[in-house]
Amino acid sequence: MTIDDIMQIPPYSLGKDEKGKILTERLVDLTEHHRENCPEYRAILEAMGYDGRKVRNYKDLPFLPVRLFKELSLKSVPQEEVVKTMTSSGTSGQAVSRIYLDRTTSANQQKAMVKVVSDFTGSGRMPMVILDCPSVVKDRRMFSARGAGILGFSIFGAKKIYALDDEMRLDVDGLAAFLEKYNGRDILLFGFTFMVWQHFYKELLRLKGERITFDLSRGILIHGGGWKKLVSEAVSPEEFHKRLKDVCGLDRIHDYYGMVEQTGCIYMQCEYGHLHASVFSDVIMRRPLDFSECGIGEKGIIQVVSVLPESYPGHSLLTEDEGILLGEDDCPCGRKGKYFEVLGRLKDAEIRGCSDTYAVKFGEKYDG
Amino acid sequence: MNNTEKYNQAFMETFELKAEQLPGLEYQAIPAWDSVGHMGLVAALEDVFDIMMDTDDIIDFSSYEKGMEILSKNYNIKF
Ligand SMILES: [Zn+2]
Repeated sequence: MTIDDIMQIPPYSLGKDEKGKILTERLVDLTEHHRENCPEYRAILEAMGYDGRKVRNYKDLPFLPVRLFKELSLKSVPQEEVVKTMTSSGTSGQAVSRIYLDRTTSANQQKAMVKVVSDFTGSGRMPMVILDCPSVVKDRRMFSARGAGILGFSIFGAKKIYALDDEMRLDVDGLAAFLEKYNGRDILLFGFTFMVWQHFYKELLRLKGERITFDLSRGILIHGGGWKKLVSEAVSPEEFHKRLKDVCGLDRIHDYYGMVEQTGCIYMQCEYGHLHASVFSDVIMRRPLDFSECGIGEKGIIQVVSVLPESYPGHSLLTEDEGILLGEDDCPCGRKGKYFEVLGRLKDAEIRGCSDTYAVKFGEKYDG
Repeated sequence: MNNTEKYNQAFMETFELKAEQLPGLEYQAIPAWDSVGHMGLVAALEDVFDIMMDTDDIIDFSSYEKGMEILSKNYNIKF
């Protein structure tokens, strides 16, 4: 099955066996493709003693630690075919990942994302409020994770406004006028979890004290980026949802999990609060001691695989996040595939321990 | 202005091009027609023709000619 065939499959329609077969075939092909076209990747596979003939299942394929994209410039296409470079967010002074996209990979990322998100929001486009500032997409050749997220979701917006100015202040009048204009219609809101809380929710709460309120009961909020920055505020996902509902009536709220290294393959949260893997990607929870696969309900490090990356060898990656597989093919929402929960980032010491294990297991040392 | 002129103008204003540069133009072939520029073009076309395009059509809109085909086939705009 070619990537174009895979892109035609409804994202949550395949059960374990069928999906496993398609993933195995595609991911083995991608491993071979990157081995041929990315010298650094080839060297890594050789150091691991990788033998493609022994692979029976995509779960047997090697995975790269995500931080390798911070240390090496990994691409499987000539530089002149790169149309877009994405960078991970990182605090200043920290190394950032660089992900190189050619036309095909970039287009497939957008297609996959549309299929995945449409399953939750419907395929129609909606007036859209971006809960961020316009300057985040200013540098068009070089996208941050935030910029890439906004850009990817922009396709769902028929008319768009940025709710914040470049000083992160809520544009109260602009938002009021926008909501007035599209009164009675569903409104899509998109932003990063921390930004939504810090610069949107808190401002709405303050305004409510001044008797200025917004009705977002027709809103659908999609947010991602993780809860790490909200830990200090002691905000749980349940609390986040409840407080937003209290302040503006917003009730359709979907968190998502995703990373710039596998843009397009996002894991959307369903009505039951579960993150779902689509047919375009999968998660495998691994035990930190030996990287064996965890069972359902067992905490592990999240490996992500994606059928999309052709221009860089990022089809099988070990993240630095912990998660729990909750089940497969039997979520009450009716979507097939794995569903899971993300617990958050590993601590630095755990990441170091993990790269030591990785070194022992694969005979190479990559500690960043 | 007829529909072809409106269509061309949306391209020319979004990407700062002249009419003679449009035939054969493909998505990602010039820096201005990147994914950001693409959404700008869609917004300009939606305004000038008073339509709302489907996400699938936005994705399939891969060249100047393909765009015309999509608009005439799915949005009943005659060129
Ligand atoms: Zn579900």
